[in-house]
Amino acid sequence: MFHSMRGKAALGAALAAVLLTAGCGGSDDSSDDSAASYDPDAPVTLTVGTFGTMDFDNAGLYDEYMKLHPNVTIKENNIAQSANYYKALQTHLAADSGLDDIQALEIGFVADVVQNHADSFVDFAAEDNGDELKGNFYDWKWGQASTDDGKTIGLGTDSGPQAMCYRKDLFGQAGLPTDREQVGQLWSTWDQYLDVARQYKTTTGKPFLDSPASVFSSSVYQGDEAYNDEDGNPIPEDSSGVKTAWGLASQAASEGLTANLKQFGDEWNAAFSNGAFATIACPAWMLGYINSQMGDAGTGLWDIAPLPGASESASNWGGSFLGVPAEGKNVEAAKDLAEWLTAPEQQITLFTETAHFPSSPKAAEDPAVVDATNAYFSAAPTGQIFGQAAENIKRTPIGPYDTQIQDAFTTALTDVAANGTDPDEAFDNAVKAANQAIGG
Amino acid sequence: MTIASQSSPEAMTASPPAAAPATPDRTPARRRTTLTRNRWGYAYVAPFFLVFGAFSLYPFVYTAWISLHKTSLSDINGGTWVGLENYRNLLHNEFFWNAARNTLTIGVLSTVPQLCLALGLAHLLNYKLRNRTFFRTVMLMPYATSIAAATLVFSQLFGRDYGLINTVLQSVGLNPIDWEGGTWSSQIAIAVIVTWRWTGYNALIYLAAMQSIPGELYEAAEIDGASRWKQFLNVTIPSLRPTILFTIVVSTIGAVQLFGEPLLFAGNGTTSGGASGQYQTLGLLMYQQGWSNFHIGQAATTAWAMFMIILVVVGLNALIGRLRARADR
Repeated sequence: MFHSMRGKAALGAALAAVLLTAGCGGSDDSSDDSAASYDPDAPVTLTVGTFGTMDFDNAGLYDEYMKLHPNVTIKENNIAQSANYYKALQTHLAADSGLDDIQALEIGFVADVVQNHADSFVDFAAEDNGDELKGNFYDWKWGQASTDDGKTIGLGTDSGPQAMCYRKDLFGQAGLPTDREQVGQLWSTWDQYLDVARQYKTTTGKPFLDSPASVFSSSVYQGDEAYNDEDGNPIPEDSSGVKTAWGLASQAASEGLTANLKQFGDEWNAAFSNGAFATIACPAWMLGYINSQMGDAGTGLWDIAPLPGASESASNWGGSFLGVPAEGKNVEAAKDLAEWLTAPEQQITLFTETAHFPSSPKAAEDPAVVDATNAYFSAAPTGQIFGQAAENIKRTPIGPYDTQIQDAFTTALTDVAANGTDPDEAFDNAVKAANQAIGG
Repeated sequence: MTIASQSSPEAMTASPPAAAPATPDRTPARRRTTLTRNRWGYAYVAPFFLVFGAFSLYPFVYTAWISLHKTSLSDINGGTWVGLENYRNLLHNEFFWNAARNTLTIGVLSTVPQLCLALGLAHLLNYKLRNRTFFRTVMLMPYATSIAAATLVFSQLFGRDYGLINTVLQSVGLNPIDWEGGTWSSQIAIAVIVTWRWTGYNALIYLAAMQSIPGELYEAAEIDGASRWKQFLNVTIPSLRPTILFTIVVSTIGAVQLFGEPLLFAGNGTTSGGASGQYQTLGLLMYQQGWSNFHIGQAATTAWAMFMIILVVVGLNALIGRLRARADR
């Protein structure tokens, strides 16, 4: 028995240490020799870490793969919110434990992985079929997951080329054209779009778009730089893209052209059904979101026109990658699955089944995609609209803090719209918040 | 209810239970045999201290260690040593002072009405009422509700476009209020959620203490011709003083740590605490630094700053309480 305080403390420390090491253990299985001993037919269970609705399961891709490879069992670990998923992934990377065989990486976080954790993931560029893989994707997509020295840590899944969704019924009531060709001609630039918004507000007294973020988040990616310089260093204050986007979005905010709803908040969700706004910037994946918020009642109310300024430069919002942690137990089998899931054929399935737009030009040029229309959106030729946008997307440098910087600016825009804060003052506040996030 | 069965108001104070009375004439030898005889006692309390060590003490010290580094969430053990730089930066950080100010104002807005209401409710429930147990149980219901559920419901009630409160305001001809957008409106709304949740809990604590006030005091006061109000002021309140001090301490700690309500009140998971940070509390700032911006060193610094603030505030409370008690003697 322990008679002294020191003895007891030692016992406690020893037991705590045992508990802690037990909790964190089991991560030392090295797979250095896995490539040599890889047997493609050996029974294996692969785990895939995903977030939100990536829809591999809904599109039937897991089932198909397991049918093609009866020895493989696929298990998906899904976390609904991308931000929460990334927190978990970061702690797993820090502990070097608990990683899935395949980890999905959202575009807002992929630059962090590229810059800080490239060594923890398999380099697809160095694979034997690296060139072939590279040829599967848009250059900008491949580049987003690649380091300066040419390592590629993830294969692209979907992408988020943007268009502008509009309510045909509300346009008709306001005396605006409803045909998508004519609507597209209304706004070949953002300035023209804002003029239409002013006109709509004068006629109906209602806001034209959902939130200033719709203007900001889409126009910021149309310039040569968004939140980072060529080397991926954040430059929130000096970026030309941010300045342009802020100028446009702050006009919309201060003139009351938006419903000033916080995107992905409750009121925003409710506002879809209530017709509180007539337009919203639409990355391809937004179509499914609108559909789920409005249900069948919204069939045929919406249509899709090109994004303002799309003839010069298109814009990408969202999209993901699949990475394979290099120290995993089933690296070879996981690489096979990741390559298969992101191959053009499967991207076509993902688009036709669940409306995720491909990040592979081969898939985007496939007739099944090109000729696709969306019945819910008045039979708009989504394959063509988003395909054209995807071709015109520039490779804007991305950085590790894009999500937080974008948040800082859209939050400040809300302040302009809600409280009439001076746009210059709000810009300064946004830059401060962005610098705080960057760590300055 | 265990709270209601407490008989002594002293039992409700924050001070730890008094140690067993010491007997001065004990020799060291006797003490050793007593300790040996009590060895099983140590075994019985060991599980608590092991869990405490692993999940409280160790994180506590580890947080202090991290706060001396510049490091990110995914590289938590590999940061660079920066000494007290994080603390210096924190003192010059306007986000910290904004959060500290908000924490103070929301704390006052919620704690003061909450404790006053609780005192009044306890007084009412101390009368002989029909269905008294029912009322007492109902009062504790908000406390049993999860913060998340309550905040989600309240943020819908306070919604700008489709919220019930604005609908009512408009139906009586008033302008709707952008509850979330404004500074005072958002802080009041959050204070309402906190007040709703904690008033009943505090009322029950007061009620338990009130029931232990001897009836003779009231009888004597009545004979002296004191009204009910005078009795409340001059008999009830002084007898409750230790209990009131306890509730103030606990509410203050809760107010400094306020986190769930402002996080969920935004409605879309942002951690900025409103468009201009108008309801970002210290807890939310810490979360933003650590889990939105991934600067875990900064977050650890903020956590320790919060701990210091709580120590100072609680210390002040205790000091004032002790001075009052001495003045009364």
